[in-house]
Amino acid sequence: MKFSESWLREWVNPNLTTEELVEQVTMAGLEVDAVDPVAGEFSGIVVAQVVSCEQHPDADKLSLCQVTDGTDTFQIVCGAPNVREGLKVPMAKVGAILPTPDGKGFKIKKAKLRGVESHGMLCAEAEMGMAEQSDGLMELADDAPIGQDIREYLNLDDAIIEVDLTPNRADCLSVKGMAREVGTLNNVDVKPLNIETMATQISDTLPVSLSAPQACPKYVGRVVKGVNVNAATPLWMIEKLRRSGIRSIDPIVDVTNYVLLELGQPMHAFDLARIDGGINVRMAGDKEKLTLLDGQEIELSSDTLVIADNAKALAIAGVMGGEHSGVNTDTKDIFLEVAYFDPIAIAGKARNYGLHTDSSHRFERGVDYRLQNDAMERATQLIIEICGGQAGPVVNTEDEVSMPTEATVELRAQRVVDVLALELPADEIETMLTRLGMNVTATATGWTVNVPSYRFDISIEADLIEEIARIHGYNNLPVTTPMAALDLQSEQEVITPINTLKQFWVSRGYQEAITYSFVDPKVQKLVDPQVDGLTLANPISADMAVMRSTLWVGLIKAAQHNLKRQQSDVRLFETGLRFVPNGDELTQEPMLAGLICGSRFSMGWSNTPEKVDFYDLKGDVEAMLSINGDTEYRFAAGEHPALHPGQCAAIFKGDKQVGLLGALHPVLQKQLGIKTPLFVFELFLNDITLGQLPQFTSVSKFPEVSRDLAFIVDESVQWAQVEEIIRDQAGQSLTNVTLFDVYRGQGIENGRKSLALGLTWQDPSRTLNDEEITSSVDSIVTKLGKGLGAQLRG
Amino acid sequence: MLFGAGKLENLQNLVTEALAKVEQAHDVQVLDQVRVDYLGKKGVLTAQLKTLGKLSNEERPAAGAKINEAKQQVEDAIRAKRADLENAALAEKLKSESIDVTLPGRGQQAGGLHPVTRTLQRIENFFKHAGYNVAVGPEVEDNFHNFDALNIPAHHPARAMHDTFYFDAQQLLRTHTSPVQIRTMEVQAPPIRIICPGRVYRCDSDQTHTPMFHQVEGLLVDKKVSFADLKGTVEQFLRTFFEDDNLSVRFRPSYFPFTEPSAEFDIQWASSKTGWLEVGGCGMVHPNVLQASGVDPEQYMGFAFGLGVERLAMLRYGVNDLRLFFENDVKFLEQFN
Repeated sequence: MKFSESWLREWVNPNLTTEELVEQVTMAGLEVDAVDPVAGEFSGIVVAQVVSCEQHPDADKLSLCQVTDGTDTFQIVCGAPNVREGLKVPMAKVGAILPTPDGKGFKIKKAKLRGVESHGMLCAEAEMGMAEQSDGLMELADDAPIGQDIREYLNLDDAIIEVDLTPNRADCLSVKGMAREVGTLNNVDVKPLNIETMATQISDTLPVSLSAPQACPKYVGRVVKGVNVNAATPLWMIEKLRRSGIRSIDPIVDVTNYVLLELGQPMHAFDLARIDGGINVRMAGDKEKLTLLDGQEIELSSDTLVIADNAKALAIAGVMGGEHSGVNTDTKDIFLEVAYFDPIAIAGKARNYGLHTDSSHRFERGVDYRLQNDAMERATQLIIEICGGQAGPVVNTEDEVSMPTEATVELRAQRVVDVLALELPADEIETMLTRLGMNVTATATGWTVNVPSYRFDISIEADLIEEIARIHGYNNLPVTTPMAALDLQSEQEVITPINTLKQFWVSRGYQEAITYSFVDPKVQKLVDPQVDGLTLANPISADMAVMRSTLWVGLIKAAQHNLKRQQSDVRLFETGLRFVPNGDELTQEPMLAGLICGSRFSMGWSNTPEKVDFYDLKGDVEAMLSINGDTEYRFAAGEHPALHPGQCAAIFKGDKQVGLLGALHPVLQKQLGIKTPLFVFELFLNDITLGQLPQFTSVSKFPEVSRDLAFIVDESVQWAQVEEIIRDQAGQSLTNVTLFDVYRGQGIENGRKSLALGLTWQDPSRTLNDEEITSSVDSIVTKLGKGLGAQLRG
Repeated sequence: MLFGAGKLENLQNLVTEALAKVEQAHDVQVLDQVRVDYLGKKGVLTAQLKTLGKLSNEERPAAGAKINEAKQQVEDAIRAKRADLENAALAEKLKSESIDVTLPGRGQQAGGLHPVTRTLQRIENFFKHAGYNVAVGPEVEDNFHNFDALNIPAHHPARAMHDTFYFDAQQLLRTHTSPVQIRTMEVQAPPIRIICPGRVYRCDSDQTHTPMFHQVEGLLVDKKVSFADLKGTVEQFLRTFFEDDNLSVRFRPSYFPFTEPSAEFDIQWASSKTGWLEVGGCGMVHPNVLQASGVDPEQYMGFAFGLGVERLAMLRYGVNDLRLFFENDVKFLEQFN
């Protein structure tokens, strides 16, 4: 909502500067977005009249004018197309200062234009800082007083105030509504607008039927005949409209816009001759066609309320009129419409057709449902003043049952105290509410409040308490700290906080990434082809259109971003949800994922320049999994379309697979244009945060016994198989198995490898003897030989 | 009878000779040899004691004392010399082992948390210490929890303000973390003190908007909760967060369908055009919202507030472009390590 300060002050004029006023309404919840001067800084421009106008002797496009300011006559060379004899225009005299963007001003001097002297300049609106651009001189009204300073004449020492209203405050979408607020805030009276009832001069009417009374319970119509639509809109009205950001079109449209701004009631004028029969307010037929005022033809849907005549739709109710029935230069007789539409019937309709109008903006939020007759009288009066014509009777069609009713709200004095922690004097509360237009009656416990027809946002006690708080000023309300029982918070020790896990990865040299939850469908499909990702109906862009089913998609993109910027060593981790649709069900699971590529250590004087491999990332994952004391994890060869089939491990906790680890598949790497090997992991966060409570066992006082063994096995034999047999056969006293070397090469036949391992035994209650150990080792050797073809290395 | 000046002189000579040898010893081995030569079982000073037997009873004690004194003198010298030699050897060893301690250390350098996480953790900590629990919920939400239960009916203009991402008529990406409040109230009876951090989504993208960002919302529901408590909580939080006890905070009436009264809060910020900067919204929980979640609004009251995490992180760390947060450029991320 944009309006000029002076217009507001015509209604209510508190003793405040512009800055104070703006601050006050902002702090009352009507946030002022901008305050702009209505014109640039200038001086020395007066109302003048062109006495004569001739062609410049040496220039086709210039005119040589004699212009009077009532006292003197000046010779001025002018290039504007609309300069003509008799025209009243703003004239900058020699010495006048015109506005410039840098604020320094431009001084008008006597000049010679193509050999002819020019003593001043005739001005367009743009030259006075009143418009972005102009296509000719500003034409002043015939009755403009010659010689008067233009700032005074046009009332230019004024500000345009733009208020960004929240959707609940439709009542302030008018100068009248803003005035009511300002009056309440300052506890001063608002000057009432006297709206006289027009005497009826003709008896013409149009029949009106309300076929959708819930959507349109009230329709006020009037015929006005013999209007001169080519009359000039008065300058004061043009200026008020301009300062509200509305361009003057023709006097009829200007008046309807003026009433919309002044009172907040959108209205529409039809060319009476174009209406076939009468008015029917009905729902549109499916695919019914209508060409709008802006020239576009639309296909209506059946949920749209339209104003129709006997033959066709004339307008989208509360949104925009049609081209065919609109007022045009040939219009003689008009039919004025002032209606009340139910906000729910209008809400979203404009948007469905890609429209947003001053009218739809107001109807969607709620227009005063008692305002229609006043608005009709006000508009008629202005139209007849400007365009002449004769008014017919006002026809008020109303479906009483469907009309909204005024809310009555009980307000308890104690509740006000409870919510605001402040006891306000009763008369102060009564004054505030009364000034806001409420009808307040004292009761034993507080008040009964009747809410006016323009306050769609007030229906319960809390709404009234907000009004009281707002008018009193939020910053004048007390400040306290909540009181509550000092309960201790429970915390499960076996659950490792996610922040601890994050800190682990940070310590290991990883940067935490936060990537978008929606990703490029193409990359999503490449990385996780088995999942049909959840797709957004209205993505912000094509490459952010599907929800990630694995955090890898975003992490890989982040790695690409960094690799492209000469960051060859990248270590990233992320936590967040993944989204996996499964029929009608959707799983949203918190995941922890990470990625590495590049060197094992940053380049350094003592660091070896080795590249990371599978086991670097595995070591980090293993270390993290060990921090919550759970020893149930195991890694087994796994598979995933995005991972190298020979370098992919499934991570199990007991029998449940809780994650994956591996090298990105070389084919995928190629498709993504990544040249350096990338290793990734992903784990279900909920599974890995749950650990075990430590259980003490006494530390043995008896000596440890160690044996080192080496076995030669086939390449295909996995360490986990070997370890399982060892643990099985080594007896209960085995405390540790360490694989300390894997050797291939000289001395070992091709396709085989040597595994060197150290075993440690210790018994809690006695010293182990050599025979037991030897027997365990024998059993291990036998089983490994039988089960895996392992051969003890001599 | 004379003990014999010659004998005494001989003892003195032996001592002088021994002390000189001690003095000349340049390593422990030589010193040990001196010890053996003079004080060992067959040492020359030890041998002197054997001569005592030849002396008279009267002479013997004095002579014995003299000899012991001489031995002691040599022994002391040897001990002192040994200490000197050992110290010198240690000093030499330490010197040879000296390294350039300014060379960089070996191994992996630490990474860092994302600035948004850093900010979230700070916020969570403040509220945890004040007895709030952290609650989380799904990001793909339904209309009921994201809108209806929050008093935003289908045709409400506020829905349009949310720029919602939809999957279909029912499923959407949550536009705020308020649904978590609803989900908490559905299962937990008051008193409730929670904060709900997390990702939220709006279909909007430009210099000052990213289609995904983070919010922390707080909710307190109890028997006696006032707007003054809300103001106090928000004000204290902002002053704690910015570590500025004098930070000016102001509350402006605003509109959220799920709170009544509603407010936006600003902090005084020198570089802002108006001198104030909006940092969040808050209000007293709307009775309809309490009711929709099964809480009796006559018995309980509540307040809620919401904060934009990226906005706070930008102010705190001076980040000037919101979009940097989600590019994950290592050069950006490392600045917060």
